[in-house]
Amino acid sequence: MSDAHLFDWALALSLLVTTLLLLGGTSFLRTAVLFIAFGLLMSLVWIRLLAPDIALAEAAIGAAITGVLLIDSLRHMEWKQPRDRGSRTRSAKTRWAGWAASGSALALLLILLSTLPEIVSPRAGLADLAHAHMEKVEHPVTAVLLIFRSFDTLLELGILLLTVLGMLAVREEQQLDSKSLRPPNDLMLEMLVRILVPLSVCIAGYTLWLGTFSSGGAFQAGVILSGAGVLLWLSGHRSIEAIPHGGWFALVLVGFGAFVLAGIVTVFWQDHALQLPSEHQYLIVLGLEAAAAISVGAGLTALFVGLHPRHFKTPPSSA
Amino acid sequence: MSLAFLRDALTVTLSLAGAIFFLAGTLGLLRFPDTCTRLHAVTKADNLGLGFIVLGLLLQSESAFGAGKLVLIWLLALLASATGCYLLGRWALRHQQEEDRP
Repeated sequence: MSDAHLFDWALALSLLVTTLLLLGGTSFLRTAVLFIAFGLLMSLVWIRLLAPDIALAEAAIGAAITGVLLIDSLRHMEWKQPRDRGSRTRSAKTRWAGWAASGSALALLLILLSTLPEIVSPRAGLADLAHAHMEKVEHPVTAVLLIFRSFDTLLELGILLLTVLGMLAVREEQQLDSKSLRPPNDLMLEMLVRILVPLSVCIAGYTLWLGTFSSGGAFQAGVILSGAGVLLWLSGHRSIEAIPHGGWFALVLVGFGAFVLAGIVTVFWQDHALQLPSEHQYLIVLGLEAAAAISVGAGLTALFVGLHPRHFKTPPSSA
Repeated sequence: MSLAFLRDALTVTLSLAGAIFFLAGTLGLLRFPDTCTRLHAVTKADNLGLGFIVLGLLLQSESAFGAGKLVLIWLLALLASATGCYLLGRWALRHQQEEDRP
């Protein structure tokens, strides 16, 4: 067995062990930390599959953003005594719902597995496309993702939009406020924000541009932008309030809107939806990806902030 | 002994040094009794461990641009680690009484 194989087996095993610990965990904090570890291991798996784009996205979203979201939620719950999840009694109805959900998930998985031979067996169009791309990339997973890149981004943006809408629904139902945090009036933190936020925007732009020929792209750039947004929010920086309520909606919608518009236009002028014209393709792709990056950045930040701080009970103090 | 071999050997040595710092930092994080000592351990891993690994990788980088990016990563990690450590330390100091309680 070669060293690379040994590493792969160790990685797969630690991924499984982390999952088991994660599912069997009794405290929320422990589970959140294990989830972050799971995200990091998963990104290593993507690197081994020679898909650095997905590895980047997995590390940034699966580990970083989701991790911070989970831990921030815990802070708002019972930070001091994590509730014992194991001893919580479940009602019969919840238990039945759980079984039903697991059953349907299993059925779905079986259906998906049964279609696997069809996907693997070469079909004319897709196989040619994949082979054409295989000259540039080495792994089939990456090749297929490259082919369906526009669809991929469109669906990702749709999911993000749904998540933001779900968050808004919960927020309205529970009548939650998201008060902006009091600025900690701290020189060190202020300095960190002043250096990191502009630098993050630059790095996001660089990642977006990188995506046109190498690893990177809209989602990665968007996550870096949202990192800057979350830092602004958590450090109580006032500039996050500068965007009005409607502005947040516009920013979250612009990416999905641009892709849907491109889809509709290309249906009429091209062979199929989202097939971009070969002239000006570079500019069109860059424009679409920039819109997507802005939406991803705004969307993930909105999940954190609760779209927009609604009540200003405390007047902005001079920081 | 060729120059390439010497460079590779130096990279391996520096990366190992970095790995040792990461291992020690993790051990300290798990075993040390309170927040401040744990911070002390874990920031050594961030600063020196990553520093050694970046130094080792610098020898292997093909372009000045790639090398610059590596150094930038290290500088950013230093900045974030130092500020994070300071913020956690300050929080720990303010909540000393709560923490001292068994």
